[in-house]
Amino acid sequence: MDKIKVEICVGTTCFILGASELQELERFLPEGLRDKVDITGATCLGMCKDDNYGQAPFVRVGNRIVSNASISSVIEQIEEQLKHR
Amino acid sequence: MQANDANRVRRELLIKIVREFMQGNLAEKIDRIPYELRPRDGQSSRCCVFKDRAVIKYRLMAILGIGVENETDEAKPLSEYLQDALDRELPDEDILSVLDVACSHCITSRYLITNACRGCFARPCTFNCPKKAIAVVNGQARINYDLCIDCGKCTQVCPYHAIIRVPIPCEEACPVNAIRRDEETDRQYIDFKACISCGKCMTACPFAAILERSQIIDVLKLIKAGRKVIAMVAPAIVGQFAGKLGQIAAALHHAGFARMEEVAYGAEMTTTHETEEFLERMKKGDHIMTTSCCPAYVEAVKLHVPELLPFVSDTPSPMRYTAEAVKKQDPDAFTVFIGPCVAKRKEAVADQNTDYVMTFEELGAMFAAMQIDVSSQEALPLDRDVKGYARGFATSCGVSAAILEELHQSHPEIEMPEINKQFINGLDHKTVKQLALYGRGKLPGNFLEVMACEGGCVGGPCAIGKVTLATAAVKKAAAGEV
Repeated sequence: MDKIKVEICVGTTCFILGASELQELERFLPEGLRDKVDITGATCLGMCKDDNYGQAPFVRVGNRIVSNASISSVIEQIEEQLKHR
Repeated sequence: MQANDANRVRRELLIKIVREFMQGNLAEKIDRIPYELRPRDGQSSRCCVFKDRAVIKYRLMAILGIGVENETDEAKPLSEYLQDALDRELPDEDILSVLDVACSHCITSRYLITNACRGCFARPCTFNCPKKAIAVVNGQARINYDLCIDCGKCTQVCPYHAIIRVPIPCEEACPVNAIRRDEETDRQYIDFKACISCGKCMTACPFAAILERSQIIDVLKLIKAGRKVIAMVAPAIVGQFAGKLGQIAAALHHAGFARMEEVAYGAEMTTTHETEEFLERMKKGDHIMTTSCCPAYVEAVKLHVPELLPFVSDTPSPMRYTAEAVKKQDPDAFTVFIGPCVAKRKEAVADQNTDYVMTFEELGAMFAAMQIDVSSQEALPLDRDVKGYARGFATSCGVSAAILEELHQSHPEIEMPEINKQFINGLDHKTVKQLALYGRGKLPGNFLEVMACEGGCVGGPCAIGKVTLATAAVKKAAAGEV
């Protein structure tokens, strides 16, 4: 089975509004998820334009965007997608 | 810095201010910001949206660089404060303010018996309390606060750890007891005669009631007017943005700065000078020398540890050396120090060559507002070939490492006085007491490096990146990888 791609936006807006914390996502991943995801940093996903920055930081999990992302909400989204496979 | 709502709101406000200012709409929009962020039907973070709006207004005043305690007319709109900010020539000297409407007036009784108390048979709390302030009522120990003297004996003896100490976070964080309660007005205030501007109270307060006066408007004003503004970036900048140093230089250029100068360049001069000074002082017979690059630490010694003052290095800080060099080369340019530090604002007031100070947080907001993405910039070549050790100044022990390397390089021939280096990594009540002991020669060591922030500058109150990751980035930069 393909790994779920997790892209953490490290564009400046996301970075200062919380993505710097998300860099530690890997550390907090539950044991069972580690080999099921592929975590990378992404240059600006373009979501923060149009005055939408209040929703930053953004993370793309598979093909879904998680806004206001936190370590726990990203893990939740990963689990959600694994369930529907 | 820890991620929390208070930091997030502050950063969002900064982004808004920069964006509107650069678009030329700030005067017209600024009074609307509190209403936009807290609409009537929206959620509030305090008791109601109305209080939230009031607090946001004061936060905006601080971002404009206005001290909230200087408010004389509550009805004065933000647009008028903006005009005041644009009219001023020099930033304020006092830096931090307590925002009373945001302050929660934390309880002064510091010991609390929790539900973990089992009302045991032995009852060591009642026996060990020197004031007989604890009695067991309905199977649980209770403190009579009229008698309690906050000695804390009960917490030490409870086998269940059921008695906790509830601190007042700002007072707990202040290493020099400069923030306290005014008994008459029952308000928390900062005693500026004792304050070392370290910024610890600001990050400690869970109600974000301590505000820092920003100079971002002053800098933006110059940039917008097309003046030559040079960004002097502290060595801690690597690891603060997702990007290499050359990319940060490019981003700064896009933001309107004429160029970037690494303060690490000044750190080289500090190192050479401080190394010579150390050798001289040892020859003279001094028992110790201590570092001078951390402004909050130097201020702490000046105001609170007279015993150690004669042993503080006279060598100017990296910021001063850098600013001096920049002004020599470019007398008409404006210099802006950009770092993670609150105390640098104070140091800069006394330094004629450093015009303004911005924080990493403010710079990040500037990039975000101008939609400049550091990680997708094409890196500019770095103007100077800075020695690796100078880039390592930003972590605790970085200064000593630099001095050692310099001693080794510049004086391989002379017999070294044995260097016994000591570190104080972060100031708090306890380490400030240690400083006096170093001054009196009661503790071993002849070279004392002190950083007011835990971890060094990377752990500063206005940093963005996580300390662990930022430390790794600075160490990499010190090893030559930028």
